[in-house]
Amino acid sequence: MGEFIQYGLGRWLHIMAGVMWIGLLYYFNFVQVDALKQAAADTPPTGAGITKHVAPRALFYFRWAAVVTVLAGVMILGERVDDALFFKERAYVPIGIGAWLGLIMFFNVWVLIWPNQKKILGIVPATDEEKTKARRVAFLASRTNTALSMPMLFFMVASGGIFRRAIFGA
Amino acid sequence: MKNPLDSLWGTVISGLVLTVVLYYLARAMMGG
Repeated sequence: MGEFIQYGLGRWLHIMAGVMWIGLLYYFNFVQVDALKQAAADTPPTGAGITKHVAPRALFYFRWAAVVTVLAGVMILGERVDDALFFKERAYVPIGIGAWLGLIMFFNVWVLIWPNQKKILGIVPATDEEKTKARRVAFLASRTNTALSMPMLFFMVASGGIFRRAIFGA
Repeated sequence: MKNPLDSLWGTVISGLVLTVVLYYLARAMMGG
């Protein structure tokens, strides 16, 4: 029963939350950034509805899905978490690299993206200069996560059983 | 030099390049 919860439910939860996290990350990068740029060029600007109603909701599920993804990932690794993170065993190298990429992305979400988005969306007070800087930092952190998501997903799906043997030969 | 992350396709290409680099690193760490 313990293994069913750890591996069965844990992996299910990890993937569901991960789909929501990365799905919303891709929504921001592939859809919202350019949509807001075009909306700002309209006369009058038409992006207010996105920043007021869409972005805060998307950011809510985005950052909490990141928390659930990481916690479920830790739960799956269980007592082997140090084997993965410190590359103690050959077989744990791919999942270790994937886990490190995921942790860097998690740091970016909570330390760089969310605090700066709060300034941009007016959730916390900020001067125009602070907002301009916050916009750049949040944008680059979000783009960094989009780039990191590609190897992260590669190593996550290449880390187990027949897939690891096929891809890494070990 | 322009930051590749400023463009969406620059970001995607950066992700692909990083994937290839880390793949070979992982293979080396796993003993070939």
